[in-house]
Amino acid sequence: MEALLIEHGRVVDPVTGLDREMDVLLREGRVAAVAAPGKLAGAARRTIQAEGLIVAPGFIDMHVHLREPGQSHKETIVTGTAAAAAGGFTSVCAMPNTTPVNDSVEITRWMRARERGATVNLFPIAAATVASQGKELTDFAALKEAGVVAVSDDGKPILDDKLMHDALRRAAKLKIPVVQHAEDSRLTAGCSMNAGAASFRLGLHGMPNTAEANVVERDIALSRDTEGHLHVAHISTREALDAVRRAKKSGLRVTAEVTPHHFTLVDENIGEFDTNYKMNPPLRSAADRDALIQGIVDGTIDAIATDHAPHAFHEKQVEFERASFGITGLETALPIAITVLHHHFGLPLGRIVELLSSNPATIFNLEGRGTLAEGAHADVTIFDANRKWTFDVTQSRSKSRNTPFNGWIFTGRVVATIVAGEVVYEEG
Amino acid sequence: MKPLHSLLGTDQLTTAQIESILALARHMDPRRAKQLLRGKRVVLLFYEPSTRTRTSFEFAAQALGATTTLIAASSSSVEKGESLIDTGRTVTALGADVIVMRHPNSGAPYLLSRYVPTSIVNAGDGMHQHPSQALLDALTITNHKKKLTGLRVVIVGDVFHSRVARSNAHLLSKFGAEIIFCGPPDLVPDVAALIAPGVTACHDLNAALRDADVVMSLRVQKERLAGRELGLEEYVEKYQINCERMKLARPDAILMHPGPIIRGSELTSEVADGPQSVVCEQVANGVKIRMAILATVMGASR
Repeated sequence: MEALLIEHGRVVDPVTGLDREMDVLLREGRVAAVAAPGKLAGAARRTIQAEGLIVAPGFIDMHVHLREPGQSHKETIVTGTAAAAAGGFTSVCAMPNTTPVNDSVEITRWMRARERGATVNLFPIAAATVASQGKELTDFAALKEAGVVAVSDDGKPILDDKLMHDALRRAAKLKIPVVQHAEDSRLTAGCSMNAGAASFRLGLHGMPNTAEANVVERDIALSRDTEGHLHVAHISTREALDAVRRAKKSGLRVTAEVTPHHFTLVDENIGEFDTNYKMNPPLRSAADRDALIQGIVDGTIDAIATDHAPHAFHEKQVEFERASFGITGLETALPIAITVLHHHFGLPLGRIVELLSSNPATIFNLEGRGTLAEGAHADVTIFDANRKWTFDVTQSRSKSRNTPFNGWIFTGRVVATIVAGEVVYEEG
Repeated sequence: MKPLHSLLGTDQLTTAQIESILALARHMDPRRAKQLLRGKRVVLLFYEPSTRTRTSFEFAAQALGATTTLIAASSSSVEKGESLIDTGRTVTALGADVIVMRHPNSGAPYLLSRYVPTSIVNAGDGMHQHPSQALLDALTITNHKKKLTGLRVVIVGDVFHSRVARSNAHLLSKFGAEIIFCGPPDLVPDVAALIAPGVTACHDLNAALRDADVVMSLRVQKERLAGRELGLEEYVEKYQINCERMKLARPDAILMHPGPIIRGSELTSEVADGPQSVVCEQVANGVKIRMAILATVMGASR
């Protein structure tokens, strides 16, 4: 593997605190050196000119659905990781709601095998219970050994108190988090969007905020009892956010991620039944959206994750209530974060990099990632924070097209994505 | 005025479009109509059982000289798993000029209208809208009240599940009427008031009825009350419209109901058959308004 020198970029590394023009030398899959511009001249034959660009530790998406095994008509590991690379993600963490459910060492290994053709690092999240049926815990220790970074029954929340308690306790011993999709499904049966004025107007049954908040409150209490690490997936309500804020203040091991769509869109954006705005948790009210922005600013929210959920045309272009939940998100996450959080709300770029790389690495214990410190993995995301461009879904690397952001004009674009010192995506 | 290609919801209509449909309907006589739609094919695509709306559209289409075909969900390929878009495309390829559609899912006609060029008339989609009902209600009201502006219209009952309530609220709001949704909190949530300007939500029927010009009663199904805090008995006590309560409204108030009526539930027989009731007139107006709607979306009204 040939060395690669990234020259004259503005290196933003929340872990080392670096934010200035530097050259970065990558060699043998690692960051070999970070030095003042020109100091490393000639150290590598391959160079990338990064003048005017941000050079950041590779982004880590904590929450994606790659659909393999079993649902390859929606996405494959090849297409999903290609989309990840195009979105600046050097690592993705794949949820276990595949067919069959990833609750085993075998499926975890199958997903991680070289033949699957992943172009970025793939870290599976295994099911917390066998077949995600909420009855019996899986073998966390063996799964961790096989490369799993967390456990979750994403989409089928663990509602049973005892089971969640045991999951947190077992995970705590292994120092892995339990990721919970917080939804009291007893309150949301038959619902296809958020409960509010928009759902009334559209004549659709709505999911109340309490369906999320109640589960988060319960999980926090269990985290206190067990000292387990609770990671709240795709937080969407102000009540749940308040609960996480209080938990953090009292020193609990509770972390939370937010999706770009939840801090950007609201339920009213569904318009006349556009299923590209249908996901779970649903888009909430403007008050919730504003609270999420506040939570990003004040540090309550730790990470931005996409919940990339590709679906085929025939699964989305049906009656709203029958359409599958979920939207794609890998290629639009950075552009939305930069456009909305940085340019509109003035959030520093360093904080955005933290939300997309160093914090996810810490939460999932991905050692040597989320930083460009010497010796770290040579995973790098290079982006232009000021480039204006239009997202055209027909150019997407994903197999699916279910996004509400087609045609959006963004400021901020990924220029190159480097995994283990190799360029896996280059703009143009 | 913008020509109307499809009738999906009353919120999308301009007052000029509404007034034009009402004016046309006033001139429609089902027994001696001009054959404005001769040779046209009207497909009635019904995914949900319906007697009155379906018959009303059938008579309306036939009165104008169109041929009609009923596709009922139970007897067609939809049961074999064909998607709505594919069914719509098939019906269009067969030569349908208009698709009149009834569907249990809110928004279904909106989906279809994005994928087929054929005119679509929404004959009721889930809990969402029933625009032809709101138009026939407007026709009925204006027969008695001359204008909609400034009227106090009380819509009583299961507003939450009612597409009729939603379509009426949008339409009446456009003309500056005052609309009061009234019923128990479970069936009249506070957010209902945000549907359009001039709409309020109220849980006290006696207060709502005071000085009402129009009282619109909605069907209350026992199974919809199941699992809620309110039983049918208590509903009747608090929200049933009876002669006593009708006296709170203006003396010249009219009583409406989209049907089917459940006597003894949302209203008493005395009220349903009383002098203020215009329920049968609504049904008769239904054919006229649907003639006007079909002629309008087919561009045959001029």
